[in-house]
Amino acid sequence: MSIYQIELGEEILRVEDLKVWFPVRKGLLDAILGKPKLYVKAVDGISFNMREREIFCLVGESGCGKTTTGKSLLRLVPITSGKALFKPRKETLEKLERLGVTPSDGGWVDIFTLPEKKFKPIRRDVQMIYQDPYGSLNPRFKIKDILEEPLLVHGIGGSKEERMELIMKTLERVKLTPASDFVDRYPHQLSGGQRQRVAIARAIISNPRLVVADEPVSMLDVSIRAEILEVLLNLRKELGMSYLFITHDLAIARYICDRIAVMYLGKIVELGDAREVIAEPLHPYTKALIAAIPDPDPKNRIGYRYLPIKGEVPNAINIPPGCRFHPRCVVYEEAVKKGTVLKDLCSRKEPPLADVGNGRKVACWLHEAVRKAAGVE
Amino acid sequence: MSYVLEINNLRTYFFTLRGVVRAVDGVSLKLRKGETLGIVGESGCGKSTLAWSMMKLVPPPGRIVSGSIKIDGIDITRMSESEIRRKIRWRKISMIFQGAMNALNPVYKVGEQIIEPLIIHGKMEKEKALSIAANLVKAVGLPEEILERYPHELSGGQKQRIVIAMAMAMEPDIIIADEPTTALDVVVQAQILNLMKKLHRERGISFILITHDLGVVTELSERIAVMYAGKIVEYASADEIFEKPLHPYTQALIRAVPRLKGDIHKLEYIPGTPPDLRRPPPGCRFYPRCPRRFEPCDKEEPPLQEVEKDHWVACWLHIRR
Ligand SMILES: Nc1ncnc2c1ncn2[C@@H]1O[C@H](COP(=O)(O)OP(=O)(O)OP(=O)(O)O)[C@@H](O)[C@H]1O
Ligand SMILES: Nc1ncnc2c1ncn2[C@@H]1O[C@H](COP(=O)(O)OP(=O)(O)OP(=O)(O)O)[C@@H](O)[C@H]1O
Ligand code: SF4
Ligand code: SF4
Ligand SMILES: [Mg+2]
Ligand SMILES: [Mg+2]
Repeated sequence: MSIYQIELGEEILRVEDLKVWFPVRKGLLDAILGKPKLYVKAVDGISFNMREREIFCLVGESGCGKTTTGKSLLRLVPITSGKALFKPRKETLEKLERLGVTPSDGGWVDIFTLPEKKFKPIRRDVQMIYQDPYGSLNPRFKIKDILEEPLLVHGIGGSKEERMELIMKTLERVKLTPASDFVDRYPHQLSGGQRQRVAIARAIISNPRLVVADEPVSMLDVSIRAEILEVLLNLRKELGMSYLFITHDLAIARYICDRIAVMYLGKIVELGDAREVIAEPLHPYTKALIAAIPDPDPKNRIGYRYLPIKGEVPNAINIPPGCRFHPRCVVYEEAVKKGTVLKDLCSRKEPPLADVGNGRKVACWLHEAVRKAAGVE
Repeated sequence: MSYVLEINNLRTYFFTLRGVVRAVDGVSLKLRKGETLGIVGESGCGKSTLAWSMMKLVPPPGRIVSGSIKIDGIDITRMSESEIRRKIRWRKISMIFQGAMNALNPVYKVGEQIIEPLIIHGKMEKEKALSIAANLVKAVGLPEEILERYPHELSGGQKQRIVIAMAMAMEPDIIIADEPTTALDVVVQAQILNLMKKLHRERGISFILITHDLGVVTELSERIAVMYAGKIVEYASADEIFEKPLHPYTQALIRAVPRLKGDIHKLEYIPGTPPDLRRPPPGCRFYPRCPRRFEPCDKEEPPLQEVEKDHWVACWLHIRR
């Protein structure tokens, strides 16, 4: 348990076998020679679900597909295949019904298949805080204009006065107080932490149900990170928001997230309770990731850090066959040396993400539950 | 006691049109031979400026205003540029600049970029420079054939290794590494830190590691200097900084860091923002944000004082008048 955890609500998101492949532009010659089309397989078949008020964390190395996963929920990237069933707020559902959308039993709609016009109400329910607090705010807009934009887009607040009132209230929620000091400023007149709070304010002003928070504190100094995290945590307590929280910082995940999913080359390789995964990682990649993290403890200085991982991340165009981690896996290396059967599985067959009990999942042939799930022995 | 580096009351300011930025404002510190030093502090507190000063490469409109920087006992602030080039820069002290791995020249092969300074500053024959370059890339754990590649053909970790190799070229005693792992993934970061540890142990290189990451700094540094708003507020061994921090800023900083093991404590933060270095507050610069401020703090500036052996702090709570 973490002191930051609270009780969760009903299920609100089910992502099923999501794939986002970006086509690689071919040279003319390749086209003439009829070479097969190549793709960056940024997200290559992932499934997860989220509950109301849950903070679900995506971790993994740069380029493993975290941001792309987040953006797919706002339809900011082209979806190759898969489903994203979402349970909108009641008001949103009513709006959708008026547009002729019939949600399935329990009020689910598939984010990916709605025509653009009918997707608009959902945009209010699903918002994103972008990775870069410096680039994501329009430098020519005053803070009040930045915050008014989503209100105008979604038709929230009937009059200018109503909208201003909501803007002031939202600025107070993210602790930019007194709000009147900030409304007329431009982004460059704010510190990094204040800008990030404006980015959060913009994302939450429409009272979304789900917020994709992409590295919301990574660019900020340690001394103010907790302040921003507190803002996010208060919002979920007061307004019942859920966060898809993207980070490369496992220590932060351990504190504030309910569950984490570890991604490697477009796949989830491990999923479970944040603290359990970190205390007792099951996948060789998660183990390596945790072994690499510098913990601020002077005792670490004594020795070299043993890193149970080989080589470098391959590119997402030529994904290794079998378990995509096998070229870097020390367990696989050991299996090859000893000539055990594991080695053929690892290099030929992709392990599914299988349930190993206690709400934990892992995609690695080492685990019996995974072999059972795939019907191999 | 012999110190490789001795900085005394250094001030380096930027003379901008909008005012004088007092980026380094009275910094003193000493480093023994072979010791590694970590400098931590918030963005904009003057870490890079301090590093540029040690290299005598402060970019305009900045310049060293006063104070001294002794390297092996010789004050480099009084040296002419040509003397610095002949005797000091890259030879005794060199630097890995913040973001350097992305500043490698895209049109030249890696090998050419490593041998250039050896030929120009080291007055070496090309043959000799090439053989040194080969040894350097091997020392940083890369294959020799990498010399034939262009920067865009390298991964982030490989580029950072090249940049480290370049800093080692003239066999300096001290290498300043300014945020050497900030843009890298944790696994690659750990590999680079392992490499720096190895170079420190096997070649006795004194690293000065600049970072805002307390985890990274403890991996390598025997001593840690905590900077705040252009000043060093605490300077002690890494153990003391973590186990017995004395300055309220250091204390708050350590409590702000989430840990991978142990209790999950409530993460703390330091309210407010660091001061504008054009108009720092009178007295202690941490005063506006300090949870323990008291009567003298906003009037008189606390000096950096050795309050216990090798433990320096600049805070009225600890200073004996
Ligand atoms: N619009 C795009 N077109 C082509 N490739 C893309 C596009 N967006 C992302 N990619 C590629 O998809 C992969 C996943 O990228 P993504 O940004 O999702 O990674 P990430 O996990 O968020 O990484 P980081 O930690 O660096 O933010 C990368 O290989 C990236 O280069
Ligand atoms: N070329 C310059 N002209 C004017 N001011 C400058 C210049 N370079 C740095 N400064 C200012 O000097 C102060 C110290 O900057 P410096 O780059 O040394 O900080 P830092 O601690 O290295 O920060 P970071 O962690 O962001 O790299 C800042 O207020 C900065 O704005
Ligand atoms: S399936 Fe095999 S290669 Fe993949 S992580 Fe497990 S042991 Fe390693
Ligand atoms: S001198 Fe005063 S204000 Fe400054 S850190 Fe110490 S107690 Fe706080
Ligand atoms: Mg990203
Ligand atoms: Mg810097």
